[in-house]
Amino acid sequence: MTAQEVRLCGLLLQEHFGDVVEKVGTHLIRSGVLTLRALAHETKLALDLVKKSLCVLVQHGMCTFGPGRRGPAGPVEYRINCERILHMLRYPRYIYTAKSLYGDTGELIIEEILQRGQMTMSSTVKTVADRLTHNMPEGQSMDYSEVVSAFSRLVETHFLQRCPPMASAGSSSSGAVDTSLPVVTQPAEPESNPECYKLPYINLTGQGKRRRSSEDGEDDQRAAKKAKTDNSQCGDEGIYWQVNFLRFHLHFRDQAIISAVSCKLDQTSSEIVRTMLRMSEVTTPAHAAFTQALSANEIFRSLPSNYNIARPILDQYLTLLVDDPMEFVGKTGDSGGGMYVVNLHRALANLARATLESVVQERFGSRSARIFRLLLRKRHLEQKQVEDFAMVPAKEAKDMLYTLLSENLVQLQEVPKTPDYAPSRTFYLYTVNQLPTARLLLQHCYKTIGNLIERRLYETKENKRLLEKSQRIEAILASLQATGAETAQLTEVEEMITAPERQQLESLRHHINKLDSSENQVDETIFLLESYINSTQASR
Amino acid sequence: MAGNRGRGRSQFTFNVDALGFGRGDSLPTSAHTPSPLFPPMQFRPVPLHTGEEVEYMLALKQELRASSKNLPFHIKAARTKTDVARYSDKYQNGEPKNNCIEWSPDWSRMPKELCIKVRKPRKTGAKPQPARKPKVSAGKEEVLQKLETLEKSEQEQHSEEEADEEKKKQKDEEEEPDVDEDYDEEELEDETDYIMSYFDNGEDFGADSDDNMDEAVY
Repeated sequence: MTAQEVRLCGLLLQEHFGDVVEKVGTHLIRSGVLTLRALAHETKLALDLVKKSLCVLVQHGMCTFGPGRRGPAGPVEYRINCERILHMLRYPRYIYTAKSLYGDTGELIIEEILQRGQMTMSSTVKTVADRLTHNMPEGQSMDYSEVVSAFSRLVETHFLQRCPPMASAGSSSSGAVDTSLPVVTQPAEPESNPECYKLPYINLTGQGKRRRSSEDGEDDQRAAKKAKTDNSQCGDEGIYWQVNFLRFHLHFRDQAIISAVSCKLDQTSSEIVRTMLRMSEVTTPAHAAFTQALSANEIFRSLPSNYNIARPILDQYLTLLVDDPMEFVGKTGDSGGGMYVVNLHRALANLARATLESVVQERFGSRSARIFRLLLRKRHLEQKQVEDFAMVPAKEAKDMLYTLLSENLVQLQEVPKTPDYAPSRTFYLYTVNQLPTARLLLQHCYKTIGNLIERRLYETKENKRLLEKSQRIEAILASLQATGAETAQLTEVEEMITAPERQQLESLRHHINKLDSSENQVDETIFLLESYINSTQASR
Repeated sequence: MAGNRGRGRSQFTFNVDALGFGRGDSLPTSAHTPSPLFPPMQFRPVPLHTGEEVEYMLALKQELRASSKNLPFHIKAARTKTDVARYSDKYQNGEPKNNCIEWSPDWSRMPKELCIKVRKPRKTGAKPQPARKPKVSAGKEEVLQKLETLEKSEQEQHSEEEADEEKKKQKDEEEEPDVDEDYDEEELEDETDYIMSYFDNGEDFGADSDDNMDEAVY
């Protein structure tokens, strides 16, 4: 774990779970694996607090536990899953994707499960139905069956998966064993469970309860109490569901490829690529380098009906896609009118390369970007050659190269002519390696988000008094309005915030929105670079 | 080596052309101070994306951040009382305690050693129901509740709670039934005739934000 990742994880944990969990989490990240007692001792926190923090982390899947080095008889050891913590940055994107695919119901389901880590199907359905009912006009309520159907669709498309069951250690059944044995061992990978995507049968009928305001709260409270008491009779105890982040990432990757095609070529080509990806969704394993081969006939049949292009036109489009230097689509055979695949890893590599080039262009200017692109294509060049190929005057080329070198975006490779590395008899070649440069940029991105979060916390802290005052006044206003006060009173309360304070508040809100928006945007870059780096590792 | 010094005094061991500065040019000035913390940027950054999608995700992000502070997963360490023990401590159970957890995880999925007492806001049927049923105070309950929420919010000076209660009115949060039940339990369990805010011992008054005091304290 790099220093920037640790810092960012700490900030995210603090934002969502508070200081205690942040302390425990960061210490565990830095130390690797620890037992409970060691952790409590080293963080100097109360044992109960450490237990609570670990419960929170395990609930959210950020911490895994297992038998320690001394085997099953020894104390349980805990390990943090840093990637999972960094996924917290992407929660809004997951929720928005669910909304665009499955509507408000899907959005709320994913939001609930993300916030709670793991949930049973019945509790999810009830909570989401209640929330939806609350937002509906008076008199209507959300039926459980609709929520159940949305849930089923999410499971069928693998966006939700069952939490893997605990491996039974059997120590509870054998009476002869002493009670100090830890009962549970860490569950295995979720995909290894054959029932990973199987929906349990639950008998859950009813509608969402509208939580009314306190005027007629009594009946509702009684009903709510009753509902809580027969909570357990739904038939799916012990079956918890979690969000399948890998599936969401595959979806984002597909979206990135499709939008790249539509930017580079045109809308129809992107529709063709979208069709190809959709057809091979279920048959392509997660880390495959390219999709299953699809024949042109199949693609033609599966195109959406509002895109009726003629067969020869489709062939032309496919040829265009194959010939494009970005190499999104490749041709692997001629049967069935031509067998085509989408080159996933190559597409990711090209997208990452485009990101790197764009970063250089925006930070150092278009001529530096030209030099950078040149070095990416031509691998190793001497300084003189760089000046010639890039058509940049010598002095400026030298300047730009040295700037890029000092930022570590370009490396120097020495090729000696003689065994002593005499400088007058050595070639000095400039080169760019895409993978290490991508890693470098990824770390920069983590650092950027850390800085953005810290700046936002600083801004909030600076204006804390003003924010509290405005919140208090809003609350007073709302309660006055609820009890039906006259406008004179309302305006009087509103005037308690002076105009310069209003301006300050406005600019504060604007800054915080900008910082939040920037975090979301940097996270998109992080996703691209991470996918590229993971794809290169998977193919090794 | 030493003999070479005499010939060609300004001869370097490497090819100077490759470096890019000719003979006689002055070397670039050496740096005397570390580079500035915020160097002036040559190129301004590209403006952020805008659009409906971006705004929606921004709103989502801010909502998630706010609501995660209300969830039981947000762990606050209990404040250690450095003062004398007070009578009102018995009735003030709003503060989190270290030795109980505010939500009930599935203990079968966690290691046994992490198991701690769950702070149940309501015990269903385990308590003997007192003679006076909630029905009697049905009419009074909402009024008392409103009064209590308003008073609690004024006295605690934690305006964030108010804003969160407002948010709760607009979006369903699971908290409110818990708050109601908390209130029920307090009323029933301790069997006092006073509302809980009666036992506020004023410790929270003036505890926060004593800096930036532009407003006079009366």
